[in-house]
Amino acid sequence: MAEQVLMLALSPTMEEGTIVTWHKKEGDSIAQSDILCEVETDKATMEYESVNEGTLLKILVSDGGQAKVGDPIAVVGEPGEDISGLDKAAERKAEPATVTAQPAAPEPTVAPKSAAPQPATPQVSAEQLKASPLARKMATERGIDMRVLQGSGPAGRIVKRDIEKALRQVASRGPAEAIGIQGPAGPAFIPTAAGPAAKDERVPLSGKRKIIAQRLAESKFSAPHYYLRIDVDAGAMMAARQRLNALLLKDPVGKVSPNAFLIKFVAETLKKYPVVNSSWQGDAILRFGKIDIALAVAQEDGLITPVVRDCGSKGIVQIDRDLKLLIDKARNNKLTPEEYNGATFTISSLGTSGILEFTAIINPPGSAILAVGRIHNAPVAGEDGTISVRSQMILTLSCDHRVIDGAVGAAFLSDLKAFIEYPIDLLY
Amino acid sequence: MPVIAFRQALRDAMDEELARDQNVILMGEEVAQYNGAYKVSQGLLDKYGPDRIIDTPITEEGFTGAGIGAALVGLRPIVEWMTLNFSAQAFDQVLNNAAKMLSMSGGQLKVPIVFRGPNGPAEYLSGQHSQSFQAFYTHIPGIKVVAPSTPYDAKGMLKSAVRDDNPVVFLETEMMYGLKGEVPEEEYLVPLGKAEIKRAGEAVTLISFSRPMQMILEAADVLEKEGYSAEVIDLRSLRPLDEEAVYSSVVKTNRCVIVDNDWPTASFGSYLGWLISKNCFDSLDAPVEMVAMEDVPMPYNHALELAVQPSVEKIVAAAKRVMYV
Repeated sequence: MAEQVLMLALSPTMEEGTIVTWHKKEGDSIAQSDILCEVETDKATMEYESVNEGTLLKILVSDGGQAKVGDPIAVVGEPGEDISGLDKAAERKAEPATVTAQPAAPEPTVAPKSAAPQPATPQVSAEQLKASPLARKMATERGIDMRVLQGSGPAGRIVKRDIEKALRQVASRGPAEAIGIQGPAGPAFIPTAAGPAAKDERVPLSGKRKIIAQRLAESKFSAPHYYLRIDVDAGAMMAARQRLNALLLKDPVGKVSPNAFLIKFVAETLKKYPVVNSSWQGDAILRFGKIDIALAVAQEDGLITPVVRDCGSKGIVQIDRDLKLLIDKARNNKLTPEEYNGATFTISSLGTSGILEFTAIINPPGSAILAVGRIHNAPVAGEDGTISVRSQMILTLSCDHRVIDGAVGAAFLSDLKAFIEYPIDLLY
Repeated sequence: MPVIAFRQALRDAMDEELARDQNVILMGEEVAQYNGAYKVSQGLLDKYGPDRIIDTPITEEGFTGAGIGAALVGLRPIVEWMTLNFSAQAFDQVLNNAAKMLSMSGGQLKVPIVFRGPNGPAEYLSGQHSQSFQAFYTHIPGIKVVAPSTPYDAKGMLKSAVRDDNPVVFLETEMMYGLKGEVPEEEYLVPLGKAEIKRAGEAVTLISFSRPMQMILEAADVLEKEGYSAEVIDLRSLRPLDEEAVYSSVVKTNRCVIVDNDWPTASFGSYLGWLISKNCFDSLDAPVEMVAMEDVPMPYNHALELAVQPSVEKIVAAAKRVMYV
């Protein structure tokens, strides 16, 4: 019997996906685990592995088209089968923000071709869905949308192994080659642009752009931010780094980055201020049991925050090795959701872009983010009035006032400065 | 370590307790001069005499009541029912006297008594003599119900039962009296209320007690050969029940098969299935399965008699259902 192929939730926060390219065309035969198409999610491009067998009878959402999780994107069955009733893409509600504002604009890419009254695609509610209690719990915890899974238990019951399979798929997918994203290619010399193009251009939102917009707006508009700025002498830290790197000269992984030092100093300071390592939960404040620090990493088409787990119990070298792996994956769009979600604190650094200081937007569920400026030489007036040139760095802490009061944020930042300037203090 | 039969382990337990405590007596049909219908009390009359090893008339209600009366005034009787089928005659004594005295006297009257005998089907005994009584007795608050599956546990638990201040129904089975196992010479006790993990595994939890333990261990072997490691739990004690041992295993394996050689309706196994469903709900990947006796009076025909009872094949099939393989 012919069946609809539904858009899968390929990441926990994915609500809709864009078909980058179909690997199969109508009429092709499909085996289980064949790659049907590539889907751009909110965070990465994933391969869509078939759970169906048969012949691809119809593609409902073509290259470049978008579909919400759970919406049909194709029909698979036996050649010649009657697929009436199955061959309609889901009705997409016009999005007021983008469409009604400019009624003349062309419809978004995927407007259904057919507006004929369609038999509703099975709208399975979570209650009606057949799944074992364990599978439900796992799906909730890991952010899997069970509506798009095919259960392998009796009568299609979704069971543990189906969730595990979905998790494996999410974890192993995400190659970036198909859409040509490479690691940062180094400075490129681009001819000076000839000024703005003659016409305005509407750029459709990528899934990632939507998520970034939604999450940051939510954070900035709901968490009352305040900002604390402090000047830090980075000399001792840089000297320690130089000494460590000399020790690691023969280590194939290479030099330890200043970020690893910063993460460690922050982790140690968070141990003294658990309130900064907390989350506003609406009816309570959640004090995290572990210190999981994210570092904001720029990507060609957005940014992502890979998380170094349990920094409180790792040394600087270990943090650095973890970080290198994560950054590499981030730049290749290969991070799994477990690797970029749930940071308890975030660090954002624009020092390499030459920025002296800036303020950052808190990355939920954390309650604070540290913005790190460029390490630079600056004249500093000593306590005795003499002026010397020192290696300086400006740190700006954004705090959620619902969780962290000003005095606590200030004490945290001041202790962080002390650790950076006198690393030996960590041992006291 | 000496290897002895289940009946010998029971005999040794009674012998040791009779020797240890003057207040312990044994009473029942043919326990003295005939040395027991199943020879469990072999030699005890010669050793302890007719005042303590007492042949009773064939009147279960009478001698069960007499035993309860003796317990109320300070003795610690062991009452042997020739089979649990006959205990139906004595049910009122257990239900309304033994089980209730402590509570209804406001804690003033205790009934330290052991009722023991073979329970469940043997062979060629037809409908009236092949019944399982675990559901009837575990239903009653105020008594303990235990059902060991090895000579070691039989001895250690019977000794604990004799020393317990509550009425204890001690379930044996005729088919296990010849079962041999290692039993140490030195004295030991096995507490009532503790299950035993007979075999650790990850893929599925198999739970039973008494005679079907042999089947589930065999079923675990079959599953092992097919690549599934089953965790096997011997409950040993039905009331009190070692819930912790059961839940921690099910939480680990996410699936469970209960084997209870009794009718399925309102059975001990179905009660345990409810407990697991309630307490391990979020850990279950499949409904709890129960392999029970078919819901019919026991047929006399031997092929049918075997067909209505749990078997290794039925247990393996149920395990595969909950593993979805």
